[in-house]
Amino acid sequence: MELAFYLSSLVAVLATVGVITGTNPVHAIVYLIVSLIAVALVFFALGAPFAGALEIIVYAGAIMVLFVFVVMMLNLHPDAEREQTWTHPRYWLGPSVLALVLLAALVALLGQGGVGETIDGELLTAKAVGMTLFGPWLMVVELSAILLLAALVTASHVGRRSNPLRNNENRGGTP
Amino acid sequence: MNGIPMEHGLILASILFSLGLAGLMLRRSMLFVLMSLEVMLNSAALAFVVGATAWNQPDGQAMFLLVITLAAAEASVGLALMIQLYQRFRSLDLDVASRMRG
Repeated sequence: MELAFYLSSLVAVLATVGVITGTNPVHAIVYLIVSLIAVALVFFALGAPFAGALEIIVYAGAIMVLFVFVVMMLNLHPDAEREQTWTHPRYWLGPSVLALVLLAALVALLGQGGVGETIDGELLTAKAVGMTLFGPWLMVVELSAILLLAALVTASHVGRRSNPLRNNENRGGTP
Repeated sequence: MNGIPMEHGLILASILFSLGLAGLMLRRSMLFVLMSLEVMLNSAALAFVVGATAWNQPDGQAMFLLVITLAAAEASVGLALMIQLYQRFRSLDLDVASRMRG
């Protein structure tokens, strides 16, 4: 369990570095899928198999397929002119230093907190999660359903081919 | 070695969050910005699951489900916006859309 946790963590971090430094969009998406599957393995190693299965099915299966379809539809090329700017430290030094300082602060706070809990890999079953979701959390489930409906309406409205404003102008211009 | 300390899981979540934040500030292509947002949401979900398994409470995993729902909604809306950006400017560079012209 411990070996699986640390190995999957290493794979997740390395694949995420590959995501944020990549220049080819399809390669970056495949790196992101590897990172998500590694995080799912971390969930399995921690003793949350329901969360791990959901991570693979919903994140790596559904959301990443959406990304791949959009990249295939737009027919993107690797941006070559951006690639040359990577050699300049001026472009990546500031954000990296800021993120490193934030990471150091987070790790220092975690070290000071002294939570002291250890995860012994005891399984949390899907039944307990379902009893929580459809018992005291029922209103949150309804709210997330409304959120998904709003996202569906927004995506189908924003993602249309034609511009509605331009069409209205044209229609108003011609008698 | 017996069991994983909870701090290690939270440190992994912090590392992934910092990497996502660095990517968000570093990249100007909208596709990479959306992927960095996915990484950050994923690390927040990982922190929820670590808390749920450390205290053996199912509430963290219920919250993980809600985070996944939020990520799906965010990805669909963000990708629709990205398609619009590409159709108007023939580029995914966010700097070309920095001026509001209505």
